[in-house]
Amino acid sequence: MPSPRDSWLDEEAGPVVRPYALTRGRTRPTGESLDLIALVTAIRGARPDPFDLDPEHFEVLRLCRLPASVADIAADLDLPLGVVRILISDLRDRSLIRIHHPIPPARLPDPRILREVVDGLRRL
Amino acid sequence: MAYAGSERADGPAGVPVAIKILIAGGFGVGKTTLVGSVTEIRPLRTEEPLSEPGTHLDNIHGAERKTTTTVALDFGRITIRDNLVIYLFGTPGQERFWFMWDELARGALGAIVLADTRRLADCFPSVDYFERRDMPFIVAVNCFDGARRYRADDVRSALDLDPEVPVVMCDARQPASGRDVLIALVEHALELLAGRAAPVPAQ
Repeated sequence: MPSPRDSWLDEEAGPVVRPYALTRGRTRPTGESLDLIALVTAIRGARPDPFDLDPEHFEVLRLCRLPASVADIAADLDLPLGVVRILISDLRDRSLIRIHHPIPPARLPDPRILREVVDGLRRL
Repeated sequence: MAYAGSERADGPAGVPVAIKILIAGGFGVGKTTLVGSVTEIRPLRTEEPLSEPGTHLDNIHGAERKTTTTVALDFGRITIRDNLVIYLFGTPGQERFWFMWDELARGALGAIVLADTRRLADCFPSVDYFERRDMPFIVAVNCFDGARRYRADDVRSALDLDPEVPVVMCDARQPASGRDVLIALVEHALELLAGRAAPVPAQ
């Protein structure tokens, strides 16, 4: 017979470890805000300190060996965006990643980029 | 393998360009279907702390705020080429998630407002939102089976849209149709951006 403790820990109860436990209760990242589509790239040759970082930080580093958006990383790790932003800001504070902030559409250097998007979509 | 080419993303010459497009509209209008027809959907979770006015927030002791809410978004990616990627975000349909919209809308190229002619009023809030923010948007009428067909002009006048806002018919289930809707939005955004840059006469 399941104990009363087990009975409410079903799928509906969500993860047993609260997501923000990963960030030790922090709910805000440090530094400049991170757009959903900011692209994160691990800096090659950087040496992360395994005693300083959590396994999830290493997961983020693994996922952004090639440029990956904040949203991609959150979806791949299946962690809430807020948590992933904090993990990314930790890595940024340690100079382990580079961040490309998205270019606002009105300031795209060249309208040909959007033409290219149209042509690319037509080929889909 | 695509890796060699992707390394340009590190270099100053090949700064990656990411383009954000929102899919909005009322609850159950087919936003998820539309995102899913053009790309593989990946669920994106956000567990947002709900800040209430006047609540003093203090994280020094590692205490988690009690009020958080989980919002699931549909998220998809279309790679045009190395360093040029479109990101699609389905906006949460329920009104209690409005606080998410400002973050989603920031820096977006534009939005597709999906409409269902049986419940046209459901897309009023989306239309209002993008009009107020002066963000390029188009209205895509999702032609459900059995729904009465209307002309684009009828939909335009029912929604009181500005004449330059494109209204297109689509079947959100069909990849080709979803793709055409995306193309219509990007072309519309292109026209608006070109129009805004127009005051400088070309040589």
